[in-house]
Amino acid sequence: MPSSLSSMRITRVGATALVVAGALAISACGKKAPAQLPPDPGPATSTDTGQSSGGYGMAQPGSQADFVAKMMGADTIYFALDESTVDAQDQASLAKQAQWLQQYPNKRATIEGHCDERGTREYNIALGERRANAAKNYLASLGIDPSRITTVSYGKERPIALGSDEASWAQNRRAVTVTID
Amino acid sequence: MKITRVLALGLMLTVSGTAFAQTAPVITPPAPQDGGLEVTVSDDSAWNDLGIAITTFATDQDVPTRTNAGTTGQLGRALAQVVAGDLKNNGLFKPSGPDGLPQPAYGQIQAPDYTPWAARSADMLVQGFVRAGGDGNLTIGCYLYDVQLKQQLVKGGWQVPPSDWRRAAHKCADMVYSRLSGESPFFDSKIAYIAETGPKDHRMKRLAIMDSDGANHRFLTSGQSMALTPRYSPDYSKIMYLSYLNGQPSIYAYDLATDRQTLIARTGAPTLAPRWSPDGKWVLYSMAKGGTTDIYRISSAGGGTPQRLTNGPGINIGGSYSPDGSQIVFESDRSGSQQVYVMNSDGSNQRRISFFGGRAATPEWSPRGDQIAFTHIAGNLRVAVMNPNGGGMRHLTDSWQDEAPTWSPNGRIVQFFRTTKSTGLASIWQVDLTGRNERKLPTPVGASDPAWGPIRP
Repeated sequence: MPSSLSSMRITRVGATALVVAGALAISACGKKAPAQLPPDPGPATSTDTGQSSGGYGMAQPGSQADFVAKMMGADTIYFALDESTVDAQDQASLAKQAQWLQQYPNKRATIEGHCDERGTREYNIALGERRANAAKNYLASLGIDPSRITTVSYGKERPIALGSDEASWAQNRRAVTVTID
Repeated sequence: MKITRVLALGLMLTVSGTAFAQTAPVITPPAPQDGGLEVTVSDDSAWNDLGIAITTFATDQDVPTRTNAGTTGQLGRALAQVVAGDLKNNGLFKPSGPDGLPQPAYGQIQAPDYTPWAARSADMLVQGFVRAGGDGNLTIGCYLYDVQLKQQLVKGGWQVPPSDWRRAAHKCADMVYSRLSGESPFFDSKIAYIAETGPKDHRMKRLAIMDSDGANHRFLTSGQSMALTPRYSPDYSKIMYLSYLNGQPSIYAYDLATDRQTLIARTGAPTLAPRWSPDGKWVLYSMAKGGTTDIYRISSAGGGTPQRLTNGPGINIGGSYSPDGSQIVFESDRSGSQQVYVMNSDGSNQRRISFFGGRAATPEWSPRGDQIAFTHIAGNLRVAVMNPNGGGMRHLTDSWQDEAPTWSPNGRIVQFFRTTKSTGLASIWQVDLTGRNERKLPTPVGASDPAWGPIRP
């Protein structure tokens, strides 16, 4: 049916547009953004994974260090309380990830799903899996072969923000994409 | 590890035992009433006021033993301390001794002098003996007397290897507790749990076990892979738990005799929330796939095709069998938030039972069958109980974060773990069904996910 085809195309175009808008949207969208964003990975001279064998301190193109540097925080998406919905801000981050993954078609990635500490342990492992899976499905919808992506859930066992407050919990409800070197 | 009940206890002692023939119970224990939780609860205050003197167990010959307590004389004191500790730490009765009490002579164990005990306002008297056998094994006897009636109420004797001496003391405490309360025993049992060390963002989580009083503590895993949510098999031969050993969360069965572990199912997807059926023949696990989680049943002997018990939507997880094995209580967010459901053990007739607001998680069916303990999430996380039909909800705890209840073998006490705000430090606590006698268990490091096993044979 032509109508559904064209609506699909519109969605694709929309996603591409969001890529452009993504960097701006991250700081602008306050709906559920963490009070403190994860540490800025800094300029492309980042050496935080020791993979920067390229010249002049540049991360080697296609490496996890390069991915982290290029994403500028978009390697992580955040979720509302008890939710695993990928919203507009998450879509922008995932589109940025998809762009990188399309540039390096041989790279594989793991998406780690996490929860805040205010839930029961077993349920949070299942919820973290649901979040990682939502991110994976969205990347697949952008044309990334799902066989390149695995998921793992750590539930509430690996918080990144250590406080027991709303701001910390918002940072911990996340899915982090880690490419495999 | 064998504990032998000594039946012909009279033959073990050389003193003339007029008291051995006493079998007729003099005090009628509170009659167990079917479904009458309120009745049982109100009974507590009555027997909780009983003063019980627990004296150093006497020995015929003070000789070395192969226990960590020392000679038979020292062991006699240690045995009485374990018995007193069991009763005291659980808020049961008003135990005193062995320190500060007169020590009965070996010959008095079966023929107590009641007069001084009445003067000390002790209602009950526990005496015992310990003897070393030629084979290194120990024979331990335990006697409960009613001081006012001047009569023996019950006696027990056990032959144990030196390494199991504490079990004889727990059996003695169980005998005293059961005879006086009318409840089933629970002291001679073990707890599997997760030992936690290190900072909040890099916490090491190891599988560990201990006796019901915290003794005989042992770490089972090294901590290289995160371990979570253990469950003892009903016969104590295995522990199922969640491990990140292969990167994905997967359930392993840890064999306690061989210290080997095996994956319970090769699914290619993460498995979590292991549970045993009461007869040990079945294992429940939950598997996350494609964003949904469902509960499966598989034979514990291995082999066979896993049977899927739930079929979405959302997250269906956990599962705790009713004592007769006919039903399973589990958790599902199919309604939009975590709630408690009951189904037949083949997966049929699934129905929600929690309707009191907030979220309800980690249900565990009482070994007595009359209550379901669970985590109630409404702001804070609290441990609560309800009837199997969802009525009669009561909170047992009130703290920032208490979760994952597990029942004592007799269904009188609930253990759970408490997380401290900000630090995230975890510790195991227990509380009785009345909501009283809340206390922290002694563990060498941080502790979570307690799983209380059944009474040992």
